[in-house]
Amino acid sequence: MTNKTDPTGDVRLTGIAKTYGDFTAVHPLDLTVPQGSFFALLGASGCGKTTTLRMIAGLEEPSAGTVHLGDQDVTALPPYKRPVNTVFQSYALFPHLDIFENVAFGLRRRGLKSVRKQVEEMLDLVQLGEQARKKPHQLSGGQQQRVAVARALINHPKVLLLDEPLGALDLKLRRQMQLELKRIQTEVGITFIHVTHDQEEAMTMADTVAVMNAGRVEQLGSPTDLYENPGTTFVANFLGTSNFIEAEVDSKSGDDIVLKAGGGKLVLPEARCSAPASTGGKVLVGVRPEKISLTHADDAGEIPEGRNRITGRIADSSFIGVSTQYVVDSPVCPGFEVYAQNIDRDPRLVPGAEVVLHWNPAHTFGLDAAQSVFDGTEGSAGVEEAA
Amino acid sequence: MSTLTEAPPPLAPQAPDPRPPKRRGRWTPYWLLLPGILWLIVFFALPMIYQASTSVQTGSLEEGYKVTWHFAAYWDALSAYWPQFVRSVLYAGTATILCLLLGYPLAYLIAFRAGRWRNLIMILVIAPFFTSFLIRTLAWKTILADGGPVVGALNTLHVLDVTNWLGWTAGDRVLATPLAVVCGLTYNFLPFMILPLYTSLERIDGRLHEAAGDLYARPWTTFRKVTFPLSMPGVVSGTLLTFIPAAGDYVNADLLGSTDTRMVGNVIQTQFLRVLDYPTAAALSFILMAAILLMVTLYIRRSGTEDLV
Repeated sequence: MTNKTDPTGDVRLTGIAKTYGDFTAVHPLDLTVPQGSFFALLGASGCGKTTTLRMIAGLEEPSAGTVHLGDQDVTALPPYKRPVNTVFQSYALFPHLDIFENVAFGLRRRGLKSVRKQVEEMLDLVQLGEQARKKPHQLSGGQQQRVAVARALINHPKVLLLDEPLGALDLKLRRQMQLELKRIQTEVGITFIHVTHDQEEAMTMADTVAVMNAGRVEQLGSPTDLYENPGTTFVANFLGTSNFIEAEVDSKSGDDIVLKAGGGKLVLPEARCSAPASTGGKVLVGVRPEKISLTHADDAGEIPEGRNRITGRIADSSFIGVSTQYVVDSPVCPGFEVYAQNIDRDPRLVPGAEVVLHWNPAHTFGLDAAQSVFDGTEGSAGVEEAA
Repeated sequence: MSTLTEAPPPLAPQAPDPRPPKRRGRWTPYWLLLPGILWLIVFFALPMIYQASTSVQTGSLEEGYKVTWHFAAYWDALSAYWPQFVRSVLYAGTATILCLLLGYPLAYLIAFRAGRWRNLIMILVIAPFFTSFLIRTLAWKTILADGGPVVGALNTLHVLDVTNWLGWTAGDRVLATPLAVVCGLTYNFLPFMILPLYTSLERIDGRLHEAAGDLYARPWTTFRKVTFPLSMPGVVSGTLLTFIPAAGDYVNADLLGSTDTRMVGNVIQTQFLRVLDYPTAAALSFILMAAILLMVTLYIRRSGTEDLV
C-alpha cells in the first residue's frame, strides 16, 4: 500500500505551543509522527493532548511553532484546506443527514459527483452497509463511532486524528473497537494519531506512544519500551504500577551500578538508569510488581544468587483469579506491590508472614531521585482532580 | 351432600382485573386538562361559533340581524375587499422576509459570536416590549415624519427615487406609504423572528461546525449545508410567528399608512366598529383565517420540516 519509509507523509511539529492568557496548555513541543504509524498521545485530561491534536487539525491556532505534513507547511491553513480528518470525541455526526450523506460529506465538498461506489465500499469496510439510509440518532454508540471513522477515512487523509474516539463506549465495545480500529489502520495504511487517557488503549493499539503531562511530552517510545524502561516516575506510574526504593550509589561494576538501600545492596544495569549516577548520589530504583517473586523467609536460602532482594512482611493480599496481589511492608519501601501468578501458591504467604522479595536485576530501572514518587498516580496527574 | 352445598361456591376462574389498580388516578389527566379546556371553550370555541353564525346573518342594525344562511356574504366580502387581502399578504410577506434578513444575522451573532455580550444583546432585543405597541408605532410616525432626518437622508441618497419608481413611496414622503407600513410591521414583529431563530441556532453543537470544516467545507458551505438546515425549525416558527400576526395587523397600516395602504385588518376593524356591518366583518375574519391556515399548511409541507419542528 503506502511506502512506510517515505518521509513525505510524516507529521512534523516544530516548537509548537499553545497558551491561553497566562495558562500554557502546550509547552513548545517537537514531535515527528512517521507516515503509516499508529501514534498515541496519552495523558490525563488537561495535559494538552487534545490541544495538540486540534492544532494538527487546524481547529486551534498554535501560539508558536509550525506544523508540517510532509514537506508542506500547513500552520497557516484553515482546517478545510488540510489533508487531515478528525474523528471527534462525541462523533459530531450531522443529525439532519443520513449515514450515507454523512459519509459522503467530505467527497461532495471536494466536488466529486459520483460518490455512491466509494461510500458503499467505505460503509462495508466498517460493516454498516445496511444502515446507509438511517439517521445518526437511530444507531447505537458503537455504530455511530464507526460512521465517524468512515466519514473521515473516505477522504483518504494523509493523517487521521482520533480524539478519544472510544470514550463514550462501554468497556466491552471498547475492546472490540480497539481491535477494529487497529484492523482498519493496517488495512488502509494511513497515519493514525490517537488521543486517549486510557493507557491500556494506547498500549494495545499504538506503535508509538507519547506520554504527555502538564503540556509536555514526558516520554516517547514503543509501548514495551515505555513500560519496561520508563524515564520518569510519572510515566512509571501512569503506565501500570511501579514500586520505588530510594537508594544511594555505592559503586560501579562493569555495566552495573551497585546501590545501597536500607541494609542491603541492589544491582541496576547502567543502561537502564536515566539519572546521573555518581558515587554517593541518590537514585530512585523502580521495579514493576509482576517482575517480583515472593519467597517465605524460611526458604530464603533457596533464592538463586545474583538476584536483587529485599525483606519485608506481607501487609495485605487479595486474590484476583489469575494472580494474587500482595502489599508488602519493607523497611526500604512501605506498601511494596507484588503480583504473583497463581501457579504454585505457597500457603504460608498470608498477611503477617515474613518474606523475601527478589527479582532479576535486569528488570530494575533507575530514575532521578529529585522527583516525587507519586507523579502520575491517581489524584496527582495534574489538573484532572483539581475540580 | 349438604356439606358440599354449604361450601362456598366454587370460585369462577377470576379474570385478572383489566383495570390498573390505581383506578382513581385514571381521571387525573382530564382534571388537569379541565382549566385549559374551559378556557378554550369560553374564549375560543364559543366566539368562533358566534362569529360563524354572525357571518351568515342578514339584516340591519335597526331591525336586528337574523341567521338566514346567507353564504353569499363571503363572496361579497371577498369581491369587495380583495385588494386589501392581497395587500395584507404582500405587506406581511415583505415584512417577514425583511425580518428574516435582519433577524438571522443577529440571532447568529448572539448564538455563536456574542460571548459575554449575549445576555445584554438579548435584553436589547426584548427591551421594546417594555413599551406599548401603540407608542412604539407612534414613535415611527415621528421617525418617518415629512422633512425629518430619515426622509432627508433617503432623499439625499436618492433612495426615494428608487422606492418611488417601485411605488413604495410617493414624492418626498415616506409616511402614509406602503414603505412606512412595512417598516412598522418589520420593526414590531422582529423580536418574534429573532427569538425562535436564536433558540434553534443556540442548540446547534459547535463541534458540527468544526466537523464540517474538517471535512473540507468552507465557512459559507458549512453555513449552507449544516447551520442553516439545522436552524430550519427556528426559521419556520419565526416566519410563522411574524407572518400570521402581521397579516392580521391593522395598527401599523392605521398609524403609518393612508387609505391606499389599508390592509384587511383595517377593513374588519372598520366594519365591526364604525360601519357596524357585523356579517361582513365576521365573514372577512373567517376568510383571513382560512387563507392564513392554507398558506401555513402549504409552507410547512414545502419546507419539509415535519420531523424537525
